[in-house]
Amino acid sequence: MAVIEHHETIPGGGEVYLSEASPRDFFELLKPRVMSLVVFTALAGLVVAPGTINPFIGAIAILCIAVGAGASGALNMWYDADIDAVMTRTAKRPIPSGRIRPQEALAFGLTLSAFSVAILGLVVNWLSAGLLAFTIFFYAVIYTMWLKRSTPQNIVIGGAAGAFPPMIGWACVTGGVSIESVVLFLITFLWTPAHFWALALFKMRDYDAVGVPMLPNVAGEATTKVQILVYAVLTAAIAVVPSVLGFASLGYGLFAAALGLGFVWYSVGVLRMPEGDRAMVPAKKLFAFSIVYLFAVFSGLMLDHLIASFGWVL
Amino acid sequence: METVTLTESQKKARRGRNIALGAVLLGLVVLFYIVTLVKFSGGMVG
Repeated sequence: MAVIEHHETIPGGGEVYLSEASPRDFFELLKPRVMSLVVFTALAGLVVAPGTINPFIGAIAILCIAVGAGASGALNMWYDADIDAVMTRTAKRPIPSGRIRPQEALAFGLTLSAFSVAILGLVVNWLSAGLLAFTIFFYAVIYTMWLKRSTPQNIVIGGAAGAFPPMIGWACVTGGVSIESVVLFLITFLWTPAHFWALALFKMRDYDAVGVPMLPNVAGEATTKVQILVYAVLTAAIAVVPSVLGFASLGYGLFAAALGLGFVWYSVGVLRMPEGDRAMVPAKKLFAFSIVYLFAVFSGLMLDHLIASFGWVL
Repeated sequence: METVTLTESQKKARRGRNIALGAVLLGLVVLFYIVTLVKFSGGMVG
């Protein structure tokens, strides 16, 4: 394959920027780990929703939601490059490490946003496309540009962005929003603070260094621990509601209740953690369990729905 | 004439980006083709 060896003379003799960014660097801009959670919860919304969707159209819907979520991740990395460079957890991201320029990330994020929303609208329906567009706007503008640096409740309100995917999945199948899809939204919405504040507890110094008002820095460890427990209890309660409302079985309800007890148990462990504990093992355990918890709850919902669809009896 | 010579890593990165972009474009062509089939068959395909 011929590769161009030389560029034309640059008028004015200015410095030329030649990117060394690989496709992998651009993929990293999409926050693949967050994306996997989004794909999974969106799939749950799609599976649990009443009605059917052509499998191929369903796959495109999931792809669009994933790309839209990735686009908002890229826009977040574009805007937050200054603070990402300071925090140990984020310093190796493509922009602070110099592999991708901020303008490239911005263009990448905007392009993917437009494509994902347009394709979802054209192929599936415009309500789900509208919800996806709102999710991207909410994460990139409301959370990243506004809330994140201005209020310790940033993650509580901003968590809505991560909670929309199951609602979008539901809207892809039904073409509407209902109380059931709001419950699916609330599961992730109420889960996010406990999950993120557990991380913020053991990464407190990082957030302090960049002036991001996370709850542990602003209100202190003790308040954060109580708030974590409150949200864990709320999450455990809402996760059982699908069973109460009748769009999941009693078996699912018991499964979700057991998981919820685990979530609360780990949160109590964090509450009991001594003030100033540097190792913060209970917070790390809660953070790890919270990820397993959310995957398990949505897996349970999907499995329950499949069992009901095939008429199996537990 | 003043020229810019690409380093090996720049060439490799650009080649990788070109291939990825080509794959994405090809994927979109296939996607729209199958979507057309699905829509024209009234959602019965698959």
